[in-house]
Amino acid sequence: MLRFLAAVGAAFLTFLAATGRLAMFAGMSLATAFTPPFYPGVMLREMVNIGYFSLPVVGLTAVFTGMVLALQSYTGFSRFSAEGAVATVVVLSVTRELGPVISGLMVAGRVGAAIAAEIGTMRVTDQIDALTTLSTDPLRYLVLPRLLAGVITLPMLVLVADIIGVFGGYLVGVYKLGFNPQAYLNGTWQRLETIDVVSGLVKAAVFGFIVALMGCYQGYHSRGGAEGVGRATTHAVVSASILILLVDYLITAAFFSR
Amino acid sequence: MTPTPSVPKISVRALRKSFGRKRVLDGVDIDCASGESLVIIGGSGTGKSVLVKCILGLLHPEAGSIRIDGVETVGLPRGAREQLMQKFGMLFQGSALFDSLSVWENVAFGLVRGRGMERPAAREIALTKLASVGLGPEVSLLRTAELSGGMQKRVALARAIAAEPEIVFFDEPTTGLDPIMADVINDLIVKCAREVGTTAVSITHDMVSARKIADRIAMLHQGRIVWCGPTAEIDHSGNPYVDQFINGRADGPIKMQVRAA
Repeated sequence: MLRFLAAVGAAFLTFLAATGRLAMFAGMSLATAFTPPFYPGVMLREMVNIGYFSLPVVGLTAVFTGMVLALQSYTGFSRFSAEGAVATVVVLSVTRELGPVISGLMVAGRVGAAIAAEIGTMRVTDQIDALTTLSTDPLRYLVLPRLLAGVITLPMLVLVADIIGVFGGYLVGVYKLGFNPQAYLNGTWQRLETIDVVSGLVKAAVFGFIVALMGCYQGYHSRGGAEGVGRATTHAVVSASILILLVDYLITAAFFSR
Repeated sequence: MTPTPSVPKISVRALRKSFGRKRVLDGVDIDCASGESLVIIGGSGTGKSVLVKCILGLLHPEAGSIRIDGVETVGLPRGAREQLMQKFGMLFQGSALFDSLSVWENVAFGLVRGRGMERPAAREIALTKLASVGLGPEVSLLRTAELSGGMQKRVALARAIAAEPEIVFFDEPTTGLDPIMADVINDLIVKCAREVGTTAVSITHDMVSARKIADRIAMLHQGRIVWCGPTAEIDHSGNPYVDQFINGRADGPIKMQVRAA
């Protein structure tokens, strides 16, 4: 029994230490935002990397999500004659939940992995040490621009994903399920409230921070050559995905718990 | 602060550094005078790179003192460390060039990012430094992946000296190069140290290189400096570790570890 408790305690302490290291890393990186030099060019480049180049994958995911949602809602709701709620269910599900979560997970896979691989390779080839010897703080130059780019860009991506997802639902609703176009659009707009969209965008900003942070953290601390970089990349994607789902619940509870 | 002549440029005392249970540096004491070219020799895994990284502040020692121009640098706050870094240049063993940037942007990086210089002015300096290591302007726009190993070393050297630092560290500057290119790099280091007056600290196990670039040679073994003296005296050091090392003999007091500790 004592051994079991000791193992649980050790695991808990390891978890706390890891959380502390991650929080310190995030805090030290964010602290560099308050003193010069600033690197807006690097941040803009990262915004293009994270945002613009993620548009195809996020857009495709969003359109199919909206289409499947419309189809599933229709087949489910038709059992108790509530087909009229399909448009409302699609728009609320996409804006509140599926837009931010699916975009976050897609970006975690595409961008989080790329950030971890890039910074990890820089770590194992001494490029991060080289930055330090060239009087450039790696947290300021590598990490902060990516964190800010993630926070700024993901809400924009999610806004696009929301529109495309609702459009996907509209396509299936009107052209496959036979809804009247005007009635479908009325069903979409009438029940949609500002908080539905805002809560999704807040989630997106937090998810953007999580994806960039986990990519940077895992890459920054990678060790052991190519194998270490590969491990860092995997950890970045897995940890960001789990955190996204966990934080999604917490933000949803904060916005919509009664 | 202007150092007095009697104060060493670099002074290391009782430096200790471990990784897990493996003690790599076990009380290193060494000085390097201003304008001197010091070469640290020693077998693979004896802690030469760790010593240099501790002096640069890239690794944090557990105990001991590192003074630059008489000022203690162990435990220096982040801001003061960034200031101190402006005194240093470093040529990394694997060159450590930024592969997302062109050659001239690599050389000018410290000037633009670290010192806030305008890009056109920094580019001019970068081209001058590239010329000083024998690379023409046609190379400046290439990506680092397009360069041979020898060219990468020269670009890395140009980057290390671009901001005209007071102290330049060279980590295995000739490793992986053919003898002719190694001699080119050695000449450039000598030029840097003797003509420009920069303090140079090199780590190598290439004795041809060490004899050419060093004013003084120190040997690191099992975490300590076991011998230190002028280059001319190394063949008559009377130290069995040094004798075995410089003559490249398998027999002697140095036992090579077959497995990592």
